[in-house]
Amino acid sequence: MERKMTSIIANRKTKSMVEKIAAIIFTCCAVVSIVAVVGITAYMFVSGTPAIFKVGLTEILFSNVWAPTAADPQYGILNIILTSIVGVFFAILIGVPIGILTAVNLAEIANPKVRNVVKSAVELLAGIPSVVYGLLGILIINPLMYQLELMIFAGSKTHQFTGGANLISAILVLAIMILPTLINITETSLKSVPDDYRKSSLALGASQMQTIFKVVLPAAKNGIMSAVVLGVGRAIGEAMAILLVAGNSVNFPLPFNSVRFLTTGIVSEMGYASGTHREVLFTIGLVLFVFILAINLILTFILKRGGEDGQ
Amino acid sequence: MKKFGALLLACVLSFSLVGCGNNGGGSDDAASGSGDVSGTVALNGSTSMEKLVNGLKEAIVETYPNLQLEPQFTGSSAGVEAVTNGTADIGDVSRALTDEEKAGGLVENIVALDGIAVVTDAANTATNLTTQQLKDIYTGKITNWSEVGGADQNIVVIGRESGSGTRDAFEEILDIADQCKLAQTLNETGAVAAAVQSTPGSIGYISLDALNDNVKALQLDGVAPSEETVKDGSYTLQRPFVMATKGEVSEQSAQVQAVFDFINSDAGQEVISSVGLVSAK
Repeated sequence: MERKMTSIIANRKTKSMVEKIAAIIFTCCAVVSIVAVVGITAYMFVSGTPAIFKVGLTEILFSNVWAPTAADPQYGILNIILTSIVGVFFAILIGVPIGILTAVNLAEIANPKVRNVVKSAVELLAGIPSVVYGLLGILIINPLMYQLELMIFAGSKTHQFTGGANLISAILVLAIMILPTLINITETSLKSVPDDYRKSSLALGASQMQTIFKVVLPAAKNGIMSAVVLGVGRAIGEAMAILLVAGNSVNFPLPFNSVRFLTTGIVSEMGYASGTHREVLFTIGLVLFVFILAINLILTFILKRGGEDGQ
Repeated sequence: MKKFGALLLACVLSFSLVGCGNNGGGSDDAASGSGDVSGTVALNGSTSMEKLVNGLKEAIVETYPNLQLEPQFTGSSAGVEAVTNGTADIGDVSRALTDEEKAGGLVENIVALDGIAVVTDAANTATNLTTQQLKDIYTGKITNWSEVGGADQNIVVIGRESGSGTRDAFEEILDIADQCKLAQTLNETGAVAAAVQSTPGSIGYISLDALNDNVKALQLDGVAPSEETVKDGSYTLQRPFVMATKGEVSEQSAQVQAVFDFINSDAGQEVISSVGLVSAK
């Protein structure tokens, strides 16, 4: 007695067809992201290069005068590039120790209760929209910086007071923003260090701290490196938060100067820019894109090396 | 498979929801009569007037459905050039015409006034600046409020980004184009107002219509900014938006006259105030 089949899935022929169609749909979905990457790359180069030919690559990259709407327009973004590099560097310098030590705490030391609290705080931190970080920066960091500025430069005739919107504010905001990235990836890599390592180290008489710093951290080196690189990527691509706290005037990146980053350079002037000015903004986008591309290549390189180490 | 289908359906539906635009909220208050004027009017000129002209372009079809404005934004001087040599019917000029230009046969039709308020934080004791002091503050020659009659407090100079119409107007009127040393360059009028409000000792400029009670408007040469003082010309931080024509408006084609009729109608005046300008009427 054969049961009557109502489900099409039970039929062998339709089953194999379903498999095939599903495979095709999955491939299509995968292609979407490839198309997006290729499209963005192509678009960035197509829209970013005309200004390079018009203005000249050295004029854009190595001049520090940004006066796009002057009668004799100048499109030098050297200060903007330097600001991005300096800002991200110091954000990493502040963020990495805090991030790694938090991760160590989470993965190695903390008891489950503390761990739960810290973990959910970090997760919340990761979920906060970047503009909220900016608002917090305006409300808390900028006034503090202004007080500091008034103290340090009291009586100065040459210093331009910025009201606390300066490079340090931006660095602090960035440093906090990259913490979740750093913590989560570092913690994962610490956890993937085999427990045998710890046990062996402890059995040989090393203290817990010795074990953490001499055994576990070195063993998780590659994971931590990729955390740092991803942190750099996040910091360099951030726009909204630092737009609110950095002051956005084009200046050499000194601690108490109002500065403009690559991202904020695009955001702040895109609204009304036209002609060559607009094209140069696209070139800034291209420069940013090249930075991100380089960071990703470094990341791939690190992960690949990590893979080889493991073999 | 069923789930998959549902997912696809959801995707398709969510896409189809996108694209419900709004169809223009222009005024239905039409100028007297004539919907029969048809054709195109070429405008050329100031980039500062882009918002105004585009606003007019969108709104005018409510009154004159067959009248098309064809604006280009190449700069005030290019606008003068274009209307002089006849490639444009109307030249948009965001400054008063020079005597030379008037002698060349152009007529200065002021359609709107663009006023800029200079603001500081509410606690600031300074109340008045001269034009020269304002220039010196923005070019970095004056750095303390005590030099202009305020308390001993540093000045935090806040301005707008390159390309902004307000910055353009501010620097053009004060004749300090690209000499400004800004401590903060913000990209919205609202952001300037907010930063001025929260930063002690700050100074910023915003278009007149954005003035609110959270910031303190400074007098310029003893005149407080307001719609009235802009209209009567006593407040000097303003510039006219001129739609120049070659010869009087009454000598122009029906299409060009229709444009001016529209600007003078209630609907046109509404456009002017909606883009933050003061009516010249």
